[in-house]
Amino acid sequence: MGTNNCLAIDRDLTIYHAIELKKELLDALAAGDQLDLDLSRVEEMDTAGLQLLILTKQEATQQGKALRIVQHSPAVREVIDFYNMAAHFGDPLVILANEAA
Amino acid sequence: MEEIFQVFAHEARDQLGELEAGLMRLEQGERDPELINAIFRAAHTVKGAAGVVEIRAIERFTHSVENVLDRVRNNEIGLSAELISVLLACTDHLLGMLDKVEAGHLADHELASGQDDVLLGKLVAHLAGGAVAAPAPAAHPDLPVADLEASGGGQVANDAWHISVRFGRDVLKNGMDPLAFLRYLQSLGEIVHIVTLFDALPGAAEMDPESCYLGFEVNFRSDADKVGIERVFDFVRDECELHILPPHSRIEEYIAVIEALPERNMRLGEILVKCGALTQLELDMGLARQQQAAAAPAEGAEPPQPLGKILVESHDVQPELVEAAVTKQKHVTEKKAAEARLIRVQADKLDQLIDLVGELVIAGASANLAALKSGQMPLVEATSILNRLVEDIRGAALQLRMVQIGETFNRYHRVVRDISKELDKDIELAIRGGETELDKSVVEKIGDPLMHLVRNAMDHGIESTEARIAAGKPARGRVELNAHHDSGSIVIEVSDDGGGINADKVRTKAVERGLIGAGQTLSEQEIVNLIFEPGFSTADKVSNLSGRGVGMDVVRKNIQALRGSVEVRTEFGRGTRFNIRLPLTLAIIDGFLVGVDQASYVIPLDSVVECLELQEIGSDCSYLNLRGEVLPFLRLRELFRVPGQRPRRESVVVVRYAGHKAGIVVDELRGEFQTVIKPLASLFRNLQGIGGSTILGSGDVALILDVQALIQRCMGSEEERSRAGGQNRPVLAETTI
Repeated sequence: MGTNNCLAIDRDLTIYHAIELKKELLDALAAGDQLDLDLSRVEEMDTAGLQLLILTKQEATQQGKALRIVQHSPAVREVIDFYNMAAHFGDPLVILANEAA
Repeated sequence: MEEIFQVFAHEARDQLGELEAGLMRLEQGERDPELINAIFRAAHTVKGAAGVVEIRAIERFTHSVENVLDRVRNNEIGLSAELISVLLACTDHLLGMLDKVEAGHLADHELASGQDDVLLGKLVAHLAGGAVAAPAPAAHPDLPVADLEASGGGQVANDAWHISVRFGRDVLKNGMDPLAFLRYLQSLGEIVHIVTLFDALPGAAEMDPESCYLGFEVNFRSDADKVGIERVFDFVRDECELHILPPHSRIEEYIAVIEALPERNMRLGEILVKCGALTQLELDMGLARQQQAAAAPAEGAEPPQPLGKILVESHDVQPELVEAAVTKQKHVTEKKAAEARLIRVQADKLDQLIDLVGELVIAGASANLAALKSGQMPLVEATSILNRLVEDIRGAALQLRMVQIGETFNRYHRVVRDISKELDKDIELAIRGGETELDKSVVEKIGDPLMHLVRNAMDHGIESTEARIAAGKPARGRVELNAHHDSGSIVIEVSDDGGGINADKVRTKAVERGLIGAGQTLSEQEIVNLIFEPGFSTADKVSNLSGRGVGMDVVRKNIQALRGSVEVRTEFGRGTRFNIRLPLTLAIIDGFLVGVDQASYVIPLDSVVECLELQEIGSDCSYLNLRGEVLPFLRLRELFRVPGQRPRRESVVVVRYAGHKAGIVVDELRGEFQTVIKPLASLFRNLQGIGGSTILGSGDVALILDVQALIQRCMGSEEERSRAGGQNRPVLAETTI
């Protein structure tokens, strides 16, 4: 098993930071075989933020890597929930949410 | 500063102006949804524009304002007077930020201030406090958001609406988040199921994180009608592909939508099934039928219809939708047409044009003169045609500078509102004649004096509510701004229905200040006019609005600097009216050329009533009988102390200004003349009776007479004359400069 990289995002996952975040996420993904994302400190997330997560997931799949979102802040959970994307990411959202990947 | 920021600041200012005007109307009790929409759009446009030029501080702040307005628009929070006040304060704050932008301070930390948070705090307080029972779909994730009922939508397939939407690439950049629209959708009903489509998302290399690649299939249960649902997407209507299918739509309609969408048909079909919009069986049948129809158009079955037609067919179910779409399209076209009709031009370019036209007029006059002297008829004819054209060009060029005064007037709504709050008086502002046009430079310069008069009227003029009721007047005071044209000038009236000016008080004060002697006899009007004297103020207590005694003389000076005049009429206990008279333009006028000895003078043609021959009368008399009317006159020859003998025949030019008439006696009448006004050097500023100078076609200088001052001189009572006697009388021995 290769390297396990962990990235904690401590900014808003919004369009205001989208450009920097894209680079950050992709760099982190490139740095290892698995990327754990800690989103527990993300206070705000919008559609641009969600797109970045989808992109990262897509890239990870293409490169045969794993992306896990290990912790969600309420804001992140709310957006993912709203867009009905929990299944796509396949990460445990809340204790009661389904865990099927 | 870069031009883009300049343009941004300019446009944002326009939008904020609209925002403010709209808020003012809301405050007056209007609750037209279209008005609230207009306000929302204004805030929205500012946000979008700020985003485009990447001024994040303004974008963020406006975003919050917009959120609040959005919820007001949806009737989720009430529009209280306090909320309007906060929103107005936000507008002011944004204007302040624009000032900084215009000064070249663009960085976030330069723009942001503690004020941001204070105002945002107030806004959020309103959001929290004002929320009503409906689920609160805030567009801002840090605001309370209703929980979702994601039931999975396993119920009867098509008793719900189906909404299929693909957002355009630029919606995020334009400051619009699909999240906000979809959340807002929840206020209309229940999102049974939502599928997020990201098929359009390109690989990492091409993906622009600020573009939007998402689309959504939404199964939506609601009692709202199609128009209502469509309205949710109003702001992105032009930027997204939107299909809305009503409950129990025919399968063909679903197929039509599937065909229209960018994703592969099969995938979409699956999604629709997943959404619960269709059953698998329905889908299979529908697709099969479609293919059949496509393969065998001639077999009597319906030929494949163009997509638009299918959609129109489906629209038949909901005729109001077609109507809405048509109105919308029309609206967009009209807006575009209006945009096309307007061109933004820099003011100094316009000024340059006017200057050039001025030179053209002078050059034309000298060409005309030369042609006349040469006696060659073809040349005379050609120059006269040329002159007529120059005259037209002059008129058209001046017209370019004309703006309606209404815009200036409307600014005072806010002023009146703020001041009446400050003074705790109930005052309304009535505006008439806002469409009256006058020169842009005049409009710019009249703002300050007007502001002062309006403030004065509110502070000193209008009494407290109790005093008004006691005097039997309506509790609500009234300030009126009124504009109209009158013989070549524009008249602006500022009037109030307050207590009027107390002449006794003015007199006492004037004596106190040494402006008049205690024993001096003055008419009431003369006493009232003393308020224009420097250092005069009758306010019992000095407020921070007015009453520092620097006001009215400055007002008069400013207005006189525009070659205008101001007068006051007052009725004690009933109100006061200030009449400001201004020339329509400052640059070029139609003049009437008259001569005294060798010199020429110009009288503004607008003020000339008639010309007559002076009958032989006693030389010491300064009145003549004009068809039974007493007409005072003065001789320019005497006024300017021109040496030499009077000619045998003299002419009288009867002029009028502000309702008064007087005669000006000159040696000869030389006819009409287009006059380019050249201001006098500051050395001659204090000369009374001369308004400026101009250059004749011959190259000679002619003085432009200040009719107003001359009439006042004629009308002046013996007393005034005796007082003025001590002052320097304007003396011009030589009239060439």
